[in-house]
Amino acid sequence: MTVPVTPTLLYLDNITVSFDGFRALNALSLAIDHAEMRAIIGPNGAGKTTMMDVITGKTQPNEGTALFEGTHDLTALDETAIAELGIGRKFQTPTIFEMHTVEDNLLLALKNRRGPLATLLSRGVNQDMVRIDALLERVRLTAQRHRRAGELSHGQKQWLEIGMLLAQEPKLLLIDEPAAGMTDQETADTADLLRDIARSKAVIVVEHDMTFVRDLGVKVTCLHEGSVLAEGSLDAVSANERVVEVYLGR
Amino acid sequence: MRTHSLFDRQTILVLSLLAAAAILVPTMNELPPPGSALHLSDHLVPLLGKYVCFALLALSVDLIWGFSGILSLGHGAFFALGGYAMGMYLMRQIGPRGVYGDPILPDFMIFLNWKELPWFWHGFDWFPFAALMVLLVPGALALVFGWFAFRSRVTGVYFSIITQAMTFALMLAFFRNDMGLGGNNGLTDFKEILGFPVQNGSTRIALFVLSVLALASGYLLCRWVVGSTFGKVLVAVRDAESRTRFLGYRVEHYKLTVFTLSALLAGVAGALYVPQVGIINPSEFAPANSIEVVIWVAVGGRGTLAGAIFGALLVNAGKTWFTAALPEFWLFALGGLFVFVTLFMPRGILGAAGDLWERSSQKLRARRSPQPATHAAE
Ligand SMILES: Nc1ncnc2c1ncn2[C@@H]1O[C@H](COP(=O)(O)OP(=O)(O)O)[C@@H](O)[C@H]1O
Ligand SMILES: [Mg+2]
Repeated sequence: MTVPVTPTLLYLDNITVSFDGFRALNALSLAIDHAEMRAIIGPNGAGKTTMMDVITGKTQPNEGTALFEGTHDLTALDETAIAELGIGRKFQTPTIFEMHTVEDNLLLALKNRRGPLATLLSRGVNQDMVRIDALLERVRLTAQRHRRAGELSHGQKQWLEIGMLLAQEPKLLLIDEPAAGMTDQETADTADLLRDIARSKAVIVVEHDMTFVRDLGVKVTCLHEGSVLAEGSLDAVSANERVVEVYLGR
Repeated sequence: MRTHSLFDRQTILVLSLLAAAAILVPTMNELPPPGSALHLSDHLVPLLGKYVCFALLALSVDLIWGFSGILSLGHGAFFALGGYAMGMYLMRQIGPRGVYGDPILPDFMIFLNWKELPWFWHGFDWFPFAALMVLLVPGALALVFGWFAFRSRVTGVYFSIITQAMTFALMLAFFRNDMGLGGNNGLTDFKEILGFPVQNGSTRIALFVLSVLALASGYLLCRWVVGSTFGKVLVAVRDAESRTRFLGYRVEHYKLTVFTLSALLAGVAGALYVPQVGIINPSEFAPANSIEVVIWVAVGGRGTLAGAIFGALLVNAGKTWFTAALPEFWLFALGGLFVFVTLFMPRGILGAAGDLWERSSQKLRARRSPQPATHAAE
């Protein structure tokens, strides 16, 4: 067995991403523990989504280390391989399969064998349906089961995507702006759901909505211009002079 | 689920119609005396057989374009390669009955002053080998071509363009005499297939029925594929490719699998086509041919399978009628039809009919039950 070089689940060190000379991420470092939930805040363009792109293999960093479970070098893997390691992602705008039913969206996300031959011979067995029942219950979409996902409301789509994330049974969930476009009640419910998920899994949530972040009640990291500006409890971070400057000074 | 019951109804309908064609065409050709209104004249049998082969080709294009969003504008190449494999078998069956009477060498090789059969012609005198090549040659090309294209994530219009380039390059290659496949004349003057004279009425009937069987099997195969979880992944790739990757699917493996499968179907279609039309030449590789197939599918209804069959039959019947009655207008009619369907029936004729059917049955349901029907009730 190889000895993990770091005990943390996700370890980013000195990550730099530049787009034609513009540094979207600038020597970013971050560590997430097993079953930790972390909220990431920061003004628009701070690099929050780009950070998720690096973790999930969508963007190659120009520099830096990204390790998962201490041993897996994320910069050397592609999206599929990283998903297989157990990193799931919810996008900033809900990205679901609109032509498929809610049920089929979850079926495709279920942790099952992913090869063409395995899926060619599979047609959704009862066991899968039992798992889907439980997921639908959890994201409150039981009544929408046979509707096309494209017909759902914005909030329902967000929840379906969270359901798909859970179906993958990942070790780490990356959730980009889950409360965007939600009503206050939906936002509060989403915070409850995420807290519940975080009991067994590591979660990184990017969010602008401060009420929502307060509801989560977890450690907060504030990004600015591609690096960490402040880290700590929400109260400590919001009291930080530089954070106030970045947020309120604009 | 509502989609499934519709699919099943569609499958039954398609198979019944194909069974009816397989029974009616031979009967109407054999039984009623020539001159009777019910008689189907001899020259129509291979013509209908040709349409059926085109329908199978259209089906193969719908499988990748309709369900996986891969717009191949080079499927005519797989069709032609399957056709050439069959043509090579048919050439070798001619034996000493050619004009030059050489027992081994086809006429065009004698004409080119060749002394020996090129290596790649060996084995083609044996039908099982030729049948294997009908699958292997298009399949291998699709596998190699697809592997490079999908691995480098060539998608959308770029993929369409390189498939056009592929079929164009093959056309130029096959035009060359030293390719050893008959140059611009191609392969023709066939005598026998499996010992039966290709020109005979009964052979033509048998080929027609075989083509219908191949189409029915191809349809069932496609239905089976799109009904599996694999098929759902394909649609997911079509609608949100990168999302599918983040779910942990190897999108390029899926594309490669379905692209190769589709090329195999196209190859079989080409192989059945050649003995019925009696010739295969490089013009089958013409880029415009592949584009025409896409038009058939668009007209019939992309992503419905049955629509591809319907579109191929409809457009080709129209082409036959036009080229006899108003030859100058055929291309305008085809272009007009394509523009009309794209503008007013983006889901094709069958797609539009399906929408109409769903709307009217919904109205009917609403009228029957006084309470508004909820989706949960399905
Ligand atoms: N593919 C790209 N090409 C060029 N610039 C990009 C690209 N992706 C992101 N950026 C830039 O990087 C910066 C960070 O973007 P992003 O990570 O989306 O910010 P956030 O999610 O924090 O709002 C922005 O200025 C954005 O314009
Ligand atoms: Mg963002």
